[in-house]
Amino acid sequence: MNILTGNDLKTGEVVWWDGQNWSLSVHDAVDVGDMGEQILAAEEAARRVNVPYALVASRTEEGVRPAHIKDRVRALGPTVRRDLAVPTASKTGWDWVI
Amino acid sequence: MYQYDQYDQAMVDARVEEFRDQAQRRLDGKLTEDQFKPLRLMNGLYLQLHAYMLRVAIPYGTLNSRQMTALGDIADKYDRGYGHFTTRQNLQYNWIKLEDAADILADLSKVEMHAIQTSGNCIRNISSDHFAGAAHDELIDPRPYAELLRQWSSFHPEFTYLPRKFKIAVIAAETDRAAMRLHDIGIQIVKNEAGEVGASFYVGGGMGRTPMIAPQIREFVPLDQLVTYAEACLRVYNRYGRRDNKYKARIKILVHEMGAEEYTRQVEEEFAHLLEQGVEPPLAELERIKPFFADPAFEDGPKSIDRSDPDFALWVDRNTVRHKHDSYVSAVISLKPVGGIPGDATGDQMRLMAKLAKQYSFDELRVMHTQNIVLPHVKIADLHALWTELEAADLGAPNLDTIEDIIACPGLDYCALANARSIPLAQRISENFAKNGRTEELGQLKLKISGCINACGHHHAGHIGILGVDKKGTENYQLSLGGSEAEDVSLAKITGPGFDEDGVIKAVETVTDVYLETREDGERFLDTYRRIGMTPFKEALYDK
Amino acid sequence: MTSENLHSQDLGASPDEVQFRFRNDEPADHGTVTVDACCDQTNATAVRIEPGDDARVLLPFLDRLALVEVNFPTFGDGRGYSAARILREAGYKGELRAVGDVLIDQLSHMRRCGFDAFAPDKPLDEEDARRAFEGFGNVNQSAADARRTIAELRHE
Repeated sequence: MNILTGNDLKTGEVVWWDGQNWSLSVHDAVDVGDMGEQILAAEEAARRVNVPYALVASRTEEGVRPAHIKDRVRALGPTVRRDLAVPTASKTGWDWVI
Repeated sequence: MYQYDQYDQAMVDARVEEFRDQAQRRLDGKLTEDQFKPLRLMNGLYLQLHAYMLRVAIPYGTLNSRQMTALGDIADKYDRGYGHFTTRQNLQYNWIKLEDAADILADLSKVEMHAIQTSGNCIRNISSDHFAGAAHDELIDPRPYAELLRQWSSFHPEFTYLPRKFKIAVIAAETDRAAMRLHDIGIQIVKNEAGEVGASFYVGGGMGRTPMIAPQIREFVPLDQLVTYAEACLRVYNRYGRRDNKYKARIKILVHEMGAEEYTRQVEEEFAHLLEQGVEPPLAELERIKPFFADPAFEDGPKSIDRSDPDFALWVDRNTVRHKHDSYVSAVISLKPVGGIPGDATGDQMRLMAKLAKQYSFDELRVMHTQNIVLPHVKIADLHALWTELEAADLGAPNLDTIEDIIACPGLDYCALANARSIPLAQRISENFAKNGRTEELGQLKLKISGCINACGHHHAGHIGILGVDKKGTENYQLSLGGSEAEDVSLAKITGPGFDEDGVIKAVETVTDVYLETREDGERFLDTYRRIGMTPFKEALYDK
Repeated sequence: MTSENLHSQDLGASPDEVQFRFRNDEPADHGTVTVDACCDQTNATAVRIEPGDDARVLLPFLDRLALVEVNFPTFGDGRGYSAARILREAGYKGELRAVGDVLIDQLSHMRRCGFDAFAPDKPLDEEDARRAFEGFGNVNQSAADARRTIAELRHE
């Protein structure tokens, strides 16, 4: 599946496109098919997201799993500060990242 | 240490308001991200993997207890209770909101601090010897010259959109504690045959994807021409540095492609021209700056101390360094607890270090490029009391310059550029060596880890270096040996094919075993490597 | 506002595409030629410097030049700042115009390097520009505007 991510312009928080809005949980991410570029351009222009990009992910039993390790680290938080993990993404466990 | 006058304060305050305005224009949509990015970077604000990151400048690594306290308070008030000391003697916060950034800068400004030019394609924070003013082996204190250059380089109208970032280090001892020759400009304050003090210029060093050791381009620049000479070096770079390829835009590439001789010729020509223009600040300014760095009122006292507690004795042996006054030492506070994150300190730890600096070190602290903190002037008589408080706060690790004293960049855990994680390697390696008890036996062994080719973790300059790369979507690590950032500067060489995480941790053990088996009397790891070469290490790593 | 800026014309009142001009003479009313052409043609009075051009080749002709445009194709290419200072250091007194990707946050540095006219690709917000030209009040370096530096003010 193709999903969208970026950072909140004001807070910098990592956000994921849930079809309507930008969610803090990677598991809310929806497949945008080939509409990615169009959504990104509109959302960035409206300053609802900053530096957004599209990426490939898969839907697993634990939820939406980005294909690249960098995006999985983004989704959960630093692996060396597990106390600071993104709460809504914590159902996966840290093995999910690596 | 240096204190702002009304001019310095007004400049920093003006920058806070300018940045507040710029951030507001971004939030209002008057600036695109492409337009805003270089502006926020020039004020140290990055967008990293998880959030905005703010890098605060600590000029030449020197700060007082009030400033360190403020850094701790900001960590608690605006961030998640900690900060990360960097390899350029700065501090960065990992969880910053754009809407808070100007308020943080205003808080910094109250203690004469800022984030000016801690990123961007401009002249960055000037770094220096962390033992400046305390070292027994220095010619003079290099910091007045670093401060003069700080003023010159701040908001320079001609050099704000350079081809690439530009880093300057200033030292004044033969012992290089600032990786001087791995900077865009390295300056060593020296005496000439006539006994006059001046500056040797080394230009075109750096790490990154194409590491280079800076050649000397001028042996002696008189002190009343220091800024003019630096300006000439920068102008030639601004005009002719490559702008077609970001990866070839650093001055090291220009000096390399043009040749040091031709670059020098052009600098000398520009220098002669600029001397006529009168761009040098009045010498009186240097004389005004110098007294800020005068020696504190050292007192004679005991020159030795009760070493009956072996843990304390080990810390004294490892973490204290000879001072120019024989009743004092410089004490290093290790930010490398076994299994910890190199360079991280909590708000509480920062406030404690500030308190100890006030109590025991004439109100002064230093940040080392190795991501530790120095209390530069501690009475030998006070060492046990100091150590006791450090121990209680998990700041007493006795491991300066050992294999546990690892430099590691934030890596893929935090950094948008990284290809692999650095911190977990540092944690596991320090745990391994603490457990197998070989740390002490290995002696001085500088291990440096970068999570990508940009080399923020100085892996090219590690006795042992580790570089994280992306191998088809998984983390992979290249091992290199034989680097040094010190006066015996050299660049490390790659051992061969890379390893996975477990593999590289084992490989570090393997190369240290080779060293222990083959070393001769008094040899450090680096000396043994230089004597026996790569082959024995390679055989141990790969011939199985 | 610094005393120097008080001599500026009304912002936005300049002809052609020039949005800001800090000169009282009549703007040159003819097009510019390239640096190469300027060196070949003995009568050219207006020239346009591209980032890769060496401003110093113009030094023999400064007397006949009334307008030098320095092009900034992208604002991040800072070669034009050196070109401007080099011309002013050589005594060029004519109009020095920054053209191209000229944005608010570069104006004060450009001004310090000797630019006295600005023709941005996209017109700038006048109020933002006014604040930008005011700068920080004081300066740390000697540059083309001959303002007294903080170091000089400290030791008057």
